[in-house]
Amino acid sequence: MNFSRVIYNKFLSSWMRISITVIILIPFAIGIALLLKSLPIIRSDSIFNLVGSGKWAPSEGKFGFRPYILSSVYVTLFSFLFAAPVSFLSAIYLTQFARGRLIKLVYPVIDILAGIPSVIYGVWGVLVIVPFISGFVAPVFNTSSSGFTILAGGIVLAVMCIPYMLNMLLEVLKTVPTGLKEATLSLGATNWETTKHVVLRNCFSGVVSSFGLGITKAFGETLAVMMVVGNTVHISFNPLQSGYPLPALIANNYGEMLSIPLYDSALMFAALLLMTIILVINLFFRFLMYRAVNQ
Amino acid sequence: MYQEVCDNIENLVVEPKVKREEPTTVLKISNLNVNLPNHPILKNINLEVQENKITVLLGPSGCGKTTLLKSINRLTSLTPELKVTGKILIEGEDVLNGRTNIPELRQKMGLLSQRPFPLPFSIYKNIAYGLKLKGVRDKNLIEYNVEKRLREVGLWNEVKDRLNTPASSLSIGQQQRLCLARGLAVKPKIILADEPTSALDPTSSKTIECLLKELKKHYTIILVTHVLRQAVRLADHVVFMYYGEIIEQGEPQELFKHPKTEKLRNYLIDGN
Repeated sequence: MNFSRVIYNKFLSSWMRISITVIILIPFAIGIALLLKSLPIIRSDSIFNLVGSGKWAPSEGKFGFRPYILSSVYVTLFSFLFAAPVSFLSAIYLTQFARGRLIKLVYPVIDILAGIPSVIYGVWGVLVIVPFISGFVAPVFNTSSSGFTILAGGIVLAVMCIPYMLNMLLEVLKTVPTGLKEATLSLGATNWETTKHVVLRNCFSGVVSSFGLGITKAFGETLAVMMVVGNTVHISFNPLQSGYPLPALIANNYGEMLSIPLYDSALMFAALLLMTIILVINLFFRFLMYRAVNQ
Repeated sequence: MYQEVCDNIENLVVEPKVKREEPTTVLKISNLNVNLPNHPILKNINLEVQENKITVLLGPSGCGKTTLLKSINRLTSLTPELKVTGKILIEGEDVLNGRTNIPELRQKMGLLSQRPFPLPFSIYKNIAYGLKLKGVRDKNLIEYNVEKRLREVGLWNEVKDRLNTPASSLSIGQQQRLCLARGLAVKPKIILADEPTSALDPTSSKTIECLLKELKKHYTIILVTHVLRQAVRLADHVVFMYYGEIIEQGEPQELFKHPKTEKLRNYLIDGN
């Protein structure tokens, strides 16, 4: 073989190997850096205390992350409750029932929604959702609310997650072979029976993983949620109260008040927590997928 | 005794077949046209399919055989761009125009596709599924049917000890026979077989061919193929198609010995 072709081949394959190594190393590098940076606070108190305590008073050296974790979980849960059924039913409709023209209209709309920067969703939340909650939702429940609430965070996050989740679900549902649908229809099944019994069963693991990835995206989303969720540190299970999710804590405070001892380390610990929780959710959904595939 | 009872119950579900002396037309297609926008796929198809015969749709790939087959059980409606006009009568019922209950209509025709598509269930459930759709709830009747259909396609002895394992664990040849059994479970009038051996090894292909020959005693079969030898082996009536048109049709002996058109003659030369 021509010498230059050999060299070229070697150069290209080693370049590809380097690229893939970098990709694999990045999460580890981030994890290690966060761990190193949060070591001071981990040494000063036990992890259980940090995660379990509800008291957040940096000036007194008290760093309890429970309100942040609960807020994050709560906002994510609400967003999932809104986004999952909407994306799921839309994906089923678009792949199994919809006809030409509607499909042609919907796909660009989903792409546009997915491409809107999160700050715009945040502004939309402040201008529309927040007044809607304070003006309409809160009075229905006989309470008053500023509107900057967990519920607002959940709704804005849901709208942001829908195109993301929907895109994944569409890809998953499209993988079902036409032959399988034809076989089921030929047995006398209706469209809905085919979808329910065969299509969804066939791509169950894909649907689960789409939901899982949607949740992890929602959990880590920062800016838009931060703009509408109120950002006050307290524990409340009332969705009409404000909250303070983990990503907002980091984004709001990093670079400020760093003169307070351990504050920098506490924020890095928050980032580490966020990463760990997302990793755990990811692993959980991968486990569900694994079980579904190997049943 | 039990079998007798079950047969009786079965006959209540579907009317028993009465043997007739004269060949009866089960399916009549007249002036069928299928078009994509600006592109005709089937042009003016006229065809009569006789009961308990194997009608072979023969022709090169892309000549519209599969589309014709799918028009018969309205699977063309999965492709909304297709415009289907004309008349397809099955037992006097107009498939395309009447107020047809499509799921019920499709149960009159069992589909066997190019490669097997087992449903994502167990072997047992694959066959039971069609019965459940038909409204059969009696567990014993379903069990009896599963065994009967699996025996009919010669699969019972191979799978009787693992009926609850996923159908996907079977070999591809076994899967194709399972798909045939699944189709038979809903008691179709017609079996629509779309190149059912094209993905199979020679042994499995032979098994399927033997089965089709056996099954024509009880069912009417429309077989799509581009393999000339398969048509020679199986056909009672051959329909030769070319670019969306029926060029010639007739008894295989006559058609293959004395082709009237240049197109069929060339196809026969190429096929041999």
